[in-house]
Amino acid sequence: MITTKGLTKVYRAGDRQVTALDGVDLHVREGEVYGVVGTSGAGKSTLIRCVNMLERPSSGTVTVDGLDLTALPGGEHRAGRELREARRRIGMVFQHFNLLSSRTVQQNVELPLEITGLDRHARRRKAAELLDLVGLADKARSYPGQLSGGQKQRVGIARALAGDPKVLLSDEATSALDPETTRSILRLLRDLNQQLGLTVLLITHEMDVIKTVCDSAALMRGGRIVESGTLTDLLADERSELARELFPLSEFGTGRPDATVLEITFQGDSSGRPFVSQLARTYQIDVNILGAAVETVGGKLVGRMRVELSGSHRDNVVPIGYLREQGLQVDVLTNTVNGAVA
Amino acid sequence: MTWDDMQPLLWTATQETFQMVGIATLVTLLLGLPLGVLLVLTDQGGPLRNRVVNKVVGAIVNVGRSLPFVILLVALIPFTRWVVGTSIGWQAATVPLAVGAIPFYARLVESAVRGVDRGLVEAVHAMGGSTWSVVRKALLPEALPALVSALTTTVIALIGYSAMAGTVGGGGLGNLAITYGYMRFETNFMIVIVIELVLLVAAVQLVGDLAGRRLSHRGGPASLLARLRRA
Repeated sequence: MITTKGLTKVYRAGDRQVTALDGVDLHVREGEVYGVVGTSGAGKSTLIRCVNMLERPSSGTVTVDGLDLTALPGGEHRAGRELREARRRIGMVFQHFNLLSSRTVQQNVELPLEITGLDRHARRRKAAELLDLVGLADKARSYPGQLSGGQKQRVGIARALAGDPKVLLSDEATSALDPETTRSILRLLRDLNQQLGLTVLLITHEMDVIKTVCDSAALMRGGRIVESGTLTDLLADERSELARELFPLSEFGTGRPDATVLEITFQGDSSGRPFVSQLARTYQIDVNILGAAVETVGGKLVGRMRVELSGSHRDNVVPIGYLREQGLQVDVLTNTVNGAVA
Repeated sequence: MTWDDMQPLLWTATQETFQMVGIATLVTLLLGLPLGVLLVLTDQGGPLRNRVVNKVVGAIVNVGRSLPFVILLVALIPFTRWVVGTSIGWQAATVPLAVGAIPFYARLVESAVRGVDRGLVEAVHAMGGSTWSVVRKALLPEALPALVSALTTTVIALIGYSAMAGTVGGGGLGNLAITYGYMRFETNFMIVIVIELVLLVAAVQLVGDLAGRRLSHRGGPASLLARLRRA
């Protein structure tokens, strides 16, 4: 649905150059919620703003719903007609909501429809429908100054949906909100994604956001995408930095040097089964749990556990095989001389 | 001089002042507003960024603002004659008044429009709006309270200038104060005129403030009170 190829953005200030994006390839499939995470200055904001050409990339292409936006005419600050029409089909929500304080909630939602040239009657009907969808039907006549942050963002989302977009871009939409409001906004995004089949590309610096709503994620650093994939795949990959961030296991014990330490990742169905006690009973071995975490990621239960089996790796080949047969992802951590886990 | 003598004179002069200031305000609004917006749009980072236009318009505005009004009054006589057909009377005074106020208001408009959150401009762009949509839907409505207060300041400045126009036979209250109060030593009459001018300025300020407050919907203390009252 959204594809970027070799996206590069270089800012020039005098003779200084800053590379904000350095060859970014991104692929967001239709109907998924895709999260780009990174620290500030990683280039994620530039990336999302390049997707609807609020910033024109220095090179590379952006394709949204089959349309190559980079090929459409217009400067960075003055879009041509075709680009403006393409933007009407891409909704965008902002960190600071960007609502017009001079307009009521309903008038704010009507704004994009005024730009499209819809008549008054249709605008009013559509706005009422959208406010109902985001749960703010009773606030239609309020001004943004009278709303809480979460309510403002709901208005922002309703406004972004006014043009019946297939794609919603979310630029740190929850970063100015408290944790509880953040959850309710994320739940709303998830619902919209499922009800309307909306493709969502969001950027955030909070891992929690990725964990709560995303199907896929990418990690950005220094203008590049360091890793990306579906959360399921990322979590199954023991080298994945993102997975480690989603499941910080650093405080888990590392086990005795003469024992075998396993890291077990389980998702979906297998998380419901008592495999530790089954393992202990079947092979009459002692299983020492060094640490475990279970979380809901993208609506699915995912867990990670670090366990210690007495004896060397060779002694435990059969139990490890058993665990793998259960559909669990098992990684054997080799203990180095100083006891640290490699 | 009795009050009965003053009244008709005051009435005519007040009308002249109103006409001068009124027409000059209208012209100022018509030309100063687009000029101020143009200054923002053509500036670096604006949607119509254009160094040349920005610098030229900026320079004209600066020159217009730095010329003392009295000099403008005299220097513009040929232009005034060409526009209104005469160089004396309140009609003639409107021309330099407007010319003096346009750059003044344009600068105030510029700073008012610059005060609008850039995020709103971006939001309108993101929903597929043109530069014209940005101006009409975001910049002007959001800056409206500030634009009204800028206009209030301009009208008050115009009332002050109009008194100066009186010195060159421009008519109005200023003219009256000079010819009767100053030249004929009618101190009482001068005091009456000064009081009228003070009241006039106070009234304009009051109306401007009220209008500005009414137009502002930001969640300030005023709306907080309203919310408490409703609860």
